Amino acid sequence: MNILYDERIDGALPNIDKAVLLKALQQEVPDLDILWREEELKPYECDGLSAYRTTPMLVALPRHLEQVQALLKLCHARNVPVVARGAGTGLSGGALPLDKGVLLVMVRFNNILHIDPAARTARVQPGVRNLAISQAAAPFGLYYAPDPSSQIACSIGGNVAENAGGVHCLKYGLTVHNLLKLEILTLEGEHLTLGADSLDAPGFDLLALFTGSEGLLGIITEVTVKLLPKPQVAKVLLASFDSVEKAGLAVAEIIAAGIIPGGLEMMDNLAIRAAEDFIHAGYPVDAEAILLCELDGVEADVHDDCERVREVLQQAGASEVRQARDEAERVRFWAGRKNAFPAIGRLSPDYYCMDGTIPRRELPGVLKGIANLAQEYGLRVANVFHAGDGNMHPLILFDANQPGELERAEALGGKILELCVKVGGSITGEHGVGREKINQMCAQFNSDELTLFHAVKAAFDPQGLLNPGKNIPTLHRCAEFGAMHIHAGQLPFPDLERF
Amino acid sequence: MADFDASATLLEQVRQARENSTPLRIQGGNTKAFLGREVAGEVLDTRAHCGIVSYDPTELVISVRAGTPLSELFAALDAAGQMLPCEPPSFGEGATVGGMIAAGLSGPRRPWAGSVRDFVLGTRVISGLGTHLRFGGEVMKNVAGYDLSRLMVGSYGCLGVLTEVSLKVLPKPRQCLSISLDIDCARALANLAQWGQQPLPISAASHDGQRLYLRLEGGEGSVAAAHQRLGGEPLDSAYWSDLNEQRLDFFNEGLPLWRLSLPNNLGPLDLPGEQLIDWGGAQRWLKSAADNIQSLAQQHGGHATCFSHGVTEMPFQALAPALLRYHRQLKAQLDPQGLFNPGRMYAEL
Repeated sequence: MNILYDERIDGALPNIDKAVLLKALQQEVPDLDILWREEELKPYECDGLSAYRTTPMLVALPRHLEQVQALLKLCHARNVPVVARGAGTGLSGGALPLDKGVLLVMVRFNNILHIDPAARTARVQPGVRNLAISQAAAPFGLYYAPDPSSQIACSIGGNVAENAGGVHCLKYGLTVHNLLKLEILTLEGEHLTLGADSLDAPGFDLLALFTGSEGLLGIITEVTVKLLPKPQVAKVLLASFDSVEKAGLAVAEIIAAGIIPGGLEMMDNLAIRAAEDFIHAGYPVDAEAILLCELDGVEADVHDDCERVREVLQQAGASEVRQARDEAERVRFWAGRKNAFPAIGRLSPDYYCMDGTIPRRELPGVLKGIANLAQEYGLRVANVFHAGDGNMHPLILFDANQPGELERAEALGGKILELCVKVGGSITGEHGVGREKINQMCAQFNSDELTLFHAVKAAFDPQGLLNPGKNIPTLHRCAEFGAMHIHAGQLPFPDLERF
Repeated sequence: MADFDASATLLEQVRQARENSTPLRIQGGNTKAFLGREVAGEVLDTRAHCGIVSYDPTELVISVRAGTPLSELFAALDAAGQMLPCEPPSFGEGATVGGMIAAGLSGPRRPWAGSVRDFVLGTRVISGLGTHLRFGGEVMKNVAGYDLSRLMVGSYGCLGVLTEVSLKVLPKPRQCLSISLDIDCARALANLAQWGQQPLPISAASHDGQRLYLRLEGGEGSVAAAHQRLGGEPLDSAYWSDLNEQRLDFFNEGLPLWRLSLPNNLGPLDLPGEQLIDWGGAQRWLKSAADNIQSLAQQHGGHATCFSHGVTEMPFQALAPALLRYHRQLKAQLDPQGLFNPGRMYAEL
């Protein structure tokens, strides 16, 4: 099943005459920068999920909110689909353009409007990079906690649209936990303020509803985030295990000891070896799994917690526990993990990163399931895991130049996500549904639930013009997806243990 | 401990209400009935649908049916050395988990730990279409579909009947110490703005016009160091539950009680009535007969809710016209027949 917009099952899109629309835009919003030549449009044909590409009909690059408002009003009146895009680093195709739609690029809104150290807030435009907020707050001893691995490039507007995560979510939460206020333009060009400068706002919690809505409900024009005081110290322990089960158990034991680490990451043997080969982080290449446990906070507490965690890890059967002796070694330990994706990229011409979440206790079974599936599909899978919050990133290694391998990798990825759903998890922890996981949404939600999602959409965008085809599949698509499964004539995972 | 799945009965009652177009007044322990506007409707009592569905402390997640008494939830967490950090108030013995979600009220730890909404991971909800649905789940990170679970929090039952919720929980802090300091309101708020920028283990801050009350929570080392630095006199930790449950003398009957939710850096405010500051300044209780509290709150960048029943037709702050329009559209989509708690928040919803 093709992942690109398919009007037959994703819904018909209005047929817009490009020349007429371009002329109308040039007339009604004369100072708006619009790209329309084929060679100008090409760079915008994909986001971070580069396997899927569609050339947009037009690209709009506004500099002022009035331009955004005018553009939206015009698109609303003329029934033109609008896809919003920030920095374009998303991994699920959330900003994949439509050839019958306008791509609204918000990156020029890149000003930090105000940092208020006493209130511990930053008010920023949506195109501001995630890391730039922390850099601007640093002189006050403050920072913005969510840190997706793309944080040097990704924009805060996209973070809000995707409810982005990172490696510190167990302790510091997702994007939704670190927001105070959003300014929104609806498709009709109407301005809404969601949330407030106070900790809550009257009415329904539309701030929560819009966070992670993937550009389907409105366009984010300003974001007020919470800032936190920087932890005094951070220390990291590296533990090696001769089995993944033991490492998984050790995670549960750390939590059971009443300790919430700032970061808690697991890597399997293939990921360890790839990272070590690339970064020379000092990882034990013969270990079946390693845990990286970072403890942060006030010095005295961190010191005590390190001792406690070390004891727990040893009792849980770690073959070795090392504490980074200094800041340089701590950074090196993390460098291995943070470069795990490119490291694995060196093992294989292409890789496909998955984003399922599971209850932690299911980890050993799910890893076994993934290994079986990998064998069935004849592909290798390396596993890195945000062990603290249950977010897995299996990396499927493949070669797109080999006929059929991309399709096999996609199919394997889909099976892995369905396995996550089966054990009570989710198809996406932090990358979003976008276009990539649109079919797996049919496994996660039944038609009654999808119907309610469509009802939410209709409250804000009854014409379905904002980012059509993303996030929520049509019932028609799910019917075809389900039919395809039944056609295979067997249960989704015939050779797996049920757990 | 009662443990019973009555969701089929609740679903049937909603389907009946759909058939007869009878509005429903969703009710748990009825401890927060004083909040919001009067609702005319047939009572839908959630309390038979109760019990803890699953709780694995090492997963930091508990799933509970909506009719479960809050006291049972707290007892189960307490036995495992864990807590719901947002400290929702009960306002009475019969308070239920469903009421906690519907009202969305959080206690003194809120500015540092997060609100009730921040600890919601998943919900089961009976919709206005007569379907029993599941959103979110039992995992910390989940961005599949719209976040309807968190939308339910603070919606006063106007968007659906909550039947079950999965909550993130955390270990209790190893050390907890409460102190009071003899400093005036202006200095207290100025200090709090400073301390907020430092990694101090403050988890509650209140000022009653006379003294600053602080709670310190964390490891032994950080709490001891903060105590040494801040000084002060020891305070009975019951202060915080009395504040949260409105049992302090301040809350004795008298003038109408208002809750003002304000930006946290305003400093002292000259408001018409007696004040009690919580949330380090971000939540202020006001006893006042004045009729312009909500516009005062708005002038200061916040909003106000009337906590005394029957004082005003608009206990919740009015919404901007455009925002109200989208609220109505959302309500019309999720509850097309207007069955659930009609008018509880606003006459138009």
